[in-house]
Amino acid sequence: MDFLSTIAAQLTEKRELPSFKAGDTVTVHFKIKEGEKERIQQYQGVVLQRKGTGVTRTFTVRKMSNGVGVERIFPDNSPFIDKIDVNKRGVVRRARIYYIRELKGKKARIKERVV
Amino acid sequence: MSGIIGKKIGMTSIYSAAGKNIPCTIIEAGPCVVTQVKTIEKDGYSAVQLAFDEKKDKHTSSAMKGHFEKAQTTPKRKIVEFKFFSEEKTLGQTVTVDLFTEGEFVDVIGTSKGKGFQGVVKRHGFSGVGMATHGQHNRLRAPGSLGASSYPSRVFKGMRMAGRTGGSRVKIQNLEVLRVLPEQNLIVIQGAVPGPKGSFVMIEK
Repeated sequence: MDFLSTIAAQLTEKRELPSFKAGDTVTVHFKIKEGEKERIQQYQGVVLQRKGTGVTRTFTVRKMSNGVGVERIFPDNSPFIDKIDVNKRGVVRRARIYYIRELKGKKARIKERVV
Repeated sequence: MSGIIGKKIGMTSIYSAAGKNIPCTIIEAGPCVVTQVKTIEKDGYSAVQLAFDEKKDKHTSSAMKGHFEKAQTTPKRKIVEFKFFSEEKTLGQTVTVDLFTEGEFVDVIGTSKGKGFQGVVKRHGFSGVGMATHGQHNRLRAPGSLGASSYPSRVFKGMRMAGRTGGSRVKIQNLEVLRVLPEQNLIVIQGAVPGPKGSFVMIEK
């Protein structure tokens, strides 16, 4: 590890997340602050990509909400992530499955990988 | 005012107490050695000269070796003078990153990345023609008119045109100090700082 990433790792607390990759379906339990109260919102969708390295690594989750595609980018080390459940492992050939944005209905399905 | 010389290590991001993701720059700052103290009586103004970053003996001229010997220190690569240093310093003293505390605001001076010869769109933020059709042909990023015709019959001095971009001294003001790590001589400053990784920067407060 080079000097910069060593320091960066020292500054940010590393979180242990389950391993997942593009094509997997995950549920992100995300803490939301409303005034004083804090509640946990679940966001379920397909992982489009894992991006970056080290403490600045992120992942993008896409879901269809009332027929509208919604994409959210979560940093791996965000303190607002309560936990992540991996619901399904998908079979995809790419590390970044942007093509899924163009697909609808039956074509947008991802085959499940048997682990 | 006081300051320190540092070396830019690179950018990353950290999380604030509220959980916000803050982009930040890590700078290796000091320890710097005072190599000269200028006074009003002797030099006409007061300043402190600091030196930073080790350098080999064989790469140092005899004149500079003598200068470093006066302060009883090893040869250093970068020497910078800070005018009106707020603390009293004597020859040979060191300035460390302890100078700064978390939460205070500093100015950072560096040499911006050189971009070479650039057109007016990149260099001065001109908007270009903004049209690809309506009779435009290879003028998409052109500067347009330089001024009026028979009066003044010349182009005014200082007219913004294409040319060498970047590579100049840039000062960024009011950047918050997020962390100070004295054991490692590191300082973490919010936001971006001019220059490439590994370049020298001056941090002032």
